[in-house]
Amino acid sequence: MGHPMRGATAITGFGMTPMGRIYKSTMELAADATRTAIKDAGLRKDQIDGLLINAGVTGTTGGGVSLGLQNYLGLQDLRLLNHMNAAGSTAAQMVQYASLAIASGMANHVLCVFADAPLKDGSSAGAAYGGAARNPQRPRGMSGLYPASGYYGANTPYALAARRHMADYGTTQDQLGTIAVGQRQWATMNPLAQMRSPITMEDYHNSRWIIEPLHLLDCCLVSNGAVAVIVSSAAAAREMPQPPVYVWGMGQGHPGDNSRTGSNWETETGAKLAAKTAYGMAGVGPSDISSCQVYDCYTYTVLVTLEDYGFCKKGEGGPYVEDGKLGPGGSLPTNTGGGELSAYYMWGMTPLSEAIIQGRGHGGDRQVKNDVILATGNGGSLSYHACLILSPHAN
Amino acid sequence: MSEDFPRPLPEADETSQEFWDGAMAGKLMLMRCTECGLWRLPSRPHCDGCLSDQFTWEQASGRGAVRTFGVMHQKYHPGWAAIAPYNVTIVELEEGPRLPTNVVGIPNDQIRVGMPVIVEFEQHEDVALPKFRPA
Repeated sequence: MGHPMRGATAITGFGMTPMGRIYKSTMELAADATRTAIKDAGLRKDQIDGLLINAGVTGTTGGGVSLGLQNYLGLQDLRLLNHMNAAGSTAAQMVQYASLAIASGMANHVLCVFADAPLKDGSSAGAAYGGAARNPQRPRGMSGLYPASGYYGANTPYALAARRHMADYGTTQDQLGTIAVGQRQWATMNPLAQMRSPITMEDYHNSRWIIEPLHLLDCCLVSNGAVAVIVSSAAAAREMPQPPVYVWGMGQGHPGDNSRTGSNWETETGAKLAAKTAYGMAGVGPSDISSCQVYDCYTYTVLVTLEDYGFCKKGEGGPYVEDGKLGPGGSLPTNTGGGELSAYYMWGMTPLSEAIIQGRGHGGDRQVKNDVILATGNGGSLSYHACLILSPHAN
Repeated sequence: MSEDFPRPLPEADETSQEFWDGAMAGKLMLMRCTECGLWRLPSRPHCDGCLSDQFTWEQASGRGAVRTFGVMHQKYHPGWAAIAPYNVTIVELEEGPRLPTNVVGIPNDQIRVGMPVIVEFEQHEDVALPKFRPA
């Protein structure tokens, strides 16, 4: 007897704006993606009865999409509404909560929207995430030890995590580079990607250091844009125009304070806990997964996430990825649109959007085997994790 | 250090006052839970192990090991940009807690994960910062 949530819901609508230096407000971007998604799903706007919203970094730095999106979109009499934030794990979580609400009869068609616009005309991509470093006020309390140690940005914790993995397991710079090069190969086949020129290992090693052991090409892009996803019941999905992408499994894992005594946050992530729940619900294991869309804020995130999903043993992620199996023609096609490293950075919507494109069979030149797709989201400093197991097959 | 943009210097909040007072006196002071014995950085008034709000201030040994580190090249804060590349290090104290700091006294390329280190305090006018050198 399968799990009652396995295949109970499906993704039925999908819309994306252009990605990159698109200078519009987050609310306008959200409206653009929503217009596309509703049309894509063949729905009327008044059939949307649930709305879940996730702002990106602009939710913290200012100008982020707000709960007011309901009114901005003119959505009335919603039966489900929330503004959510569990960082990069939110996108997968929105589909999870939407699915639970639909399965319980609380809503029929739930719109899940992410929008972000951290890039400002005339300023660098780095300024979008590191701007807070110039705050002239003295930091208060123990958190002041971070700026007092020159610990800034999201790059730092991921460099620290990668370093620990290298020290514990002998993971190499080349192994991280293989991930960057492979994903760029995928991006060359993705017309939506921001970075479409191929790179070599030499380019990888020559790219400037951000914080050792992370080069520039280990780090994700920064993008303005929006993605909207509509979730419906499996029964409704079969009557709708797009090939349904069924939700087979869902899981979350949030390990807790990285600085706590005894934590191994650097090398063992919430993915492990999420995997257990999601595999159990879907009734599958790592050997059943045909392709992965894994949150890749950094190359290292891909490596450690694949370990935690059991594709290889803990610590063996480096040798596992080294032969290029994640790239085009490899045995575990991963981040087939180029991911956050090479395509666009829409937090957890990056892996989810590519999972939908692949699940529908709309991947064009980069279409891969899609029977069972793992889509993950990760946020904070490897602090929050959620995943979906998706399939074009109803069961 | 650039005089126009000094590196950021923290100031005490209510919870961490004794930590900063201790640092000025050359002591690494931590909170220790009276109920379960867990040591912690004074970031919050309760124990993250058992949630007890009963604790004592105790002086830590000052000894620990490099848990992990990175070498920062990116220029975020002008005060830090002036000395980049510099190391950003997490030290795990013998007592268990971990704190962000910098290893001093050796070149960045000689820092290793697991390296034993001992605290010293970088004195400023009204605050002292715990830094670590090889033990």
